[in-house]
Amino acid sequence: MMIQSKRLFLYLLPLALFVGLTLLLYSGLGKDPTELDSQLIGQKIPVFSKSLLFKPDAIITDKDIKGPALINIWGSWCPACYHEHPYFMELAKQKVVAIYGLNYKDGRAEALKFIQKLGNPYDQIIVDKNGRLGIDLGVYGAPETFVINHENRIVYRHVGVVNAQVWETLLKPRLTQQTKQLSDRE
Amino acid sequence: MSYLIPKRLFLFVLLIPLSFVTLSAFASIDVYSFKDPSQELRFAQLTEELRCPKCQNNNLADSNSPLAKDLKDIIYEKMLAGETDEEITHYLKQRYGDFVSYKPPVKPFTWLIWYGPFILLLLGAFGVYRYMGGRKISLSAQNKSAISNSSQSLIDQWDSEKGDPEQPNSSSVQQKKQENDEESPSQESNS
Repeated sequence: MMIQSKRLFLYLLPLALFVGLTLLLYSGLGKDPTELDSQLIGQKIPVFSKSLLFKPDAIITDKDIKGPALINIWGSWCPACYHEHPYFMELAKQKVVAIYGLNYKDGRAEALKFIQKLGNPYDQIIVDKNGRLGIDLGVYGAPETFVINHENRIVYRHVGVVNAQVWETLLKPRLTQQTKQLSDRE
Repeated sequence: MSYLIPKRLFLFVLLIPLSFVTLSAFASIDVYSFKDPSQELRFAQLTEELRCPKCQNNNLADSNSPLAKDLKDIIYEKMLAGETDEEITHYLKQRYGDFVSYKPPVKPFTWLIWYGPFILLLLGAFGVYRYMGGRKISLSAQNKSAISNSSQSLIDQWDSEKGDPEQPNSSSVQQKKQENDEESPSQESNS
């Protein structure tokens, strides 16, 4: 009996390994390996002092940001930003949430051309020419969109294009969840 | 003398591509200048150990992406400001996570990558030990039976040469031989 159960174990071992490996690999399917989790979830937005796109002499700091809001990282050099722009225009028209634009590593003239041609969905556009604010936010490409709460804490970071589906399923629930928690506390 | 000129020209033409090679090889290093070579070495080691968040299978040293360039600029600035490697790595990890380092930290989540190979090695060593041990036992069992068989045949031979008509021992010898045959396979399956 001992020998038989030992044999059985030996024969079942490869099967068990196969099933385990299959489950492990299957769980990775459909995931985008280039999508990184933000390290700043729960933290306040970084301290900064930058100029505005429309008023180069004016300065905007982190204290001027009023959450809850979206912060959208974009640039005229980024093809996907053209792709998501119409949806931000629509969101702005609905006036459901404040939207801040972070013009990331762009030229002022090109950025202005982009906005003049396609419209301005942003409440403010922060100019981050050297990209340091982007790095402080852990940005590794454009477009990226951050959801911040009433305390200016980062709740969520979305990498890639924002469209109706992303807004409804990923961004909006996080915003409303935050406001609900706030009202519950009060 | 006249044949020398084309030869020189030929050599010169051969050397042209070589000059390009050296130029491109040093182009990426020359951007950052350091006062002492040890700092330069530190910079080279650090940018090799850190991963570019944008182009994920490159380290910072090899990557040409704008983000990698910015991060290298930051590392350079911080190094000149006297920050240690740990401080710089910590700065990047705060923003991009453990992902940026090709040296993952040892914590429960990463135990498998750190200790997995050693566990596999131990398992392999155990398997080899079991396999070799088993072989030794079955070999010695086979040898034993081979020896007893040959001694048996010698006894048989001796008996037949003696030409004893009664052969009083032959039945017991046969029995012993059967016992041996029964024993040896069971020993093998035990191993």
